[in-house]
Amino acid sequence: MTDHGLLIIGSSQAGVQLAVSLRALGYPSPITLLGEENHRPYQRPALSKEFLQDKISKESLIFRTEDYWTEHDIRVVPNERIMRIDKDVDGSGVAHARSGAEFPFDRLALTVGARARRIMVPGADLPGVLYLRNADDALELKARAPLAQNVVVVGGGFIGIEAAASLRTLGKTVTLVEAGERLVARAVGRETSEHLLRHHTEQGIDIRLGSGVERIVGSGDTVTGVQIGDEVIPTDLVLVGVGVLPNTELAQQIGLDCDNGIRVDDHAIASDGTTIAVGDCANLPNPVAGAPEGDRIRFESVNNAIEQAKVAAYSLCGRVGEYAGVPWFWSNQGSLKLQIAGLSTGYDQTVVRRVDGKLSVLYYRNGHIIAADCINHPLDFMAVRTALGKGGSVPAEPAGDPSTMLKSITELPELQTT
Amino acid sequence: MPQITYTDADGESRTIDATVGDSVMETAVRNGVPGIVAECGGSLSCATCHVYVDENQVGDLPAMDEMEDEMLWGTACERTDQSRLSCQLKVTDEMDLHVTTPETQV
Repeated sequence: MTDHGLLIIGSSQAGVQLAVSLRALGYPSPITLLGEENHRPYQRPALSKEFLQDKISKESLIFRTEDYWTEHDIRVVPNERIMRIDKDVDGSGVAHARSGAEFPFDRLALTVGARARRIMVPGADLPGVLYLRNADDALELKARAPLAQNVVVVGGGFIGIEAAASLRTLGKTVTLVEAGERLVARAVGRETSEHLLRHHTEQGIDIRLGSGVERIVGSGDTVTGVQIGDEVIPTDLVLVGVGVLPNTELAQQIGLDCDNGIRVDDHAIASDGTTIAVGDCANLPNPVAGAPEGDRIRFESVNNAIEQAKVAAYSLCGRVGEYAGVPWFWSNQGSLKLQIAGLSTGYDQTVVRRVDGKLSVLYYRNGHIIAADCINHPLDFMAVRTALGKGGSVPAEPAGDPSTMLKSITELPELQTT
Repeated sequence: MPQITYTDADGESRTIDATVGDSVMETAVRNGVPGIVAECGGSLSCATCHVYVDENQVGDLPAMDEMEDEMLWGTACERTDQSRLSCQLKVTDEMDLHVTTPETQV
């Protein structure tokens, strides 16, 4: 063993959490945290929300002070993109950067994230067709937004809706184009999608469902419109949010099994038995209690990056980690706050609670609660998240009365004393 | 310079020089104060930045809004009259705030 220690490639949420958790657990070896962007490690979620709306500064996105990294002996290296890795069977090796720099390691962690999926239509490469994944994307969007009155957002997923709501808040005329029949179909149920559609339409966003983009129209080097069907929607700016693709190129190059992400086991270890993969780039066994045997999932969430990084930190310290957390998610869309606890996949029953503009949809499988979508209803969200985290249940029948406090009907299992 | 003193559940204290305009949560997280998680980065979505404010100071802070109030009902450790979400507490001039972090946030 040499003294190169751990190399973490990717300095976003997962990479940062892995480094921080390792030091908290007393990991003794050197840690290098490598990022390809020319920024100090920063938080992404606000890029489509508070940062885009100018409510918070760039500085408040920064994860840790320089002093923190120094005190914890974590070497943070920005602006280095790894192009190739040589790895030995014992897990050690050398990563080669585009700059020519070399980063030797005893152990490797890939927290390389995902990248925005590009749309492939004529005109997609015109200036003024933007994506929103990293800080530079957000800075470009913020620089161009003041010059644009009409904006077309392509994609009715979380990023598209959040950005559309933010741009609407800034007074833009916003059209949102979604190819599917409802909003955020991948992550929420029908009732929630309908509530989102109604809310954002009321806020003045023109939402076109079932509308595929045919082409993006430009004059000279500026965008002037987006064509859906026979109609051209005039626009000064196009923002595309049509999902992400996991960055698996480096993993494939060193021979790791990949299938919609880098395949890892319950301990965040990839198919070679040594390399760690965490966050948006990792495809892991579904961690939810009662999930079908062999079911795998790739999350794109802060919560997963944090929880899985903790699991990985325990693995690297030779301690078997338990994935104890409950998957959860949030999306602030202008004045609307959506919070999701658990995973609704495979539900067979729903309970809908509506009161005073709030909405909660509880999802059940075989009579057990598995998830909830909560809109402007943190009380319900917190109650379900707590119940799921403690293996408790929220009986469907009393939950059907929206005036009932879910916390008051939650049944928690007897505490095990061993 | 404003200062925040964070005391953990075991009674160990750490005082940090804070910046006006930052939140009490941001001040803790950036400086690596354990006991405050803040998964959502301060967007009032996760309730993992729960603190108990010193009983002599809690009344001097700006009142909480409805969203913070609701989130506090779901914190991992029991809510008390001194409970606040530290992402909602802004550092002000001359502030010398003392908070205690709960045993767990999740």
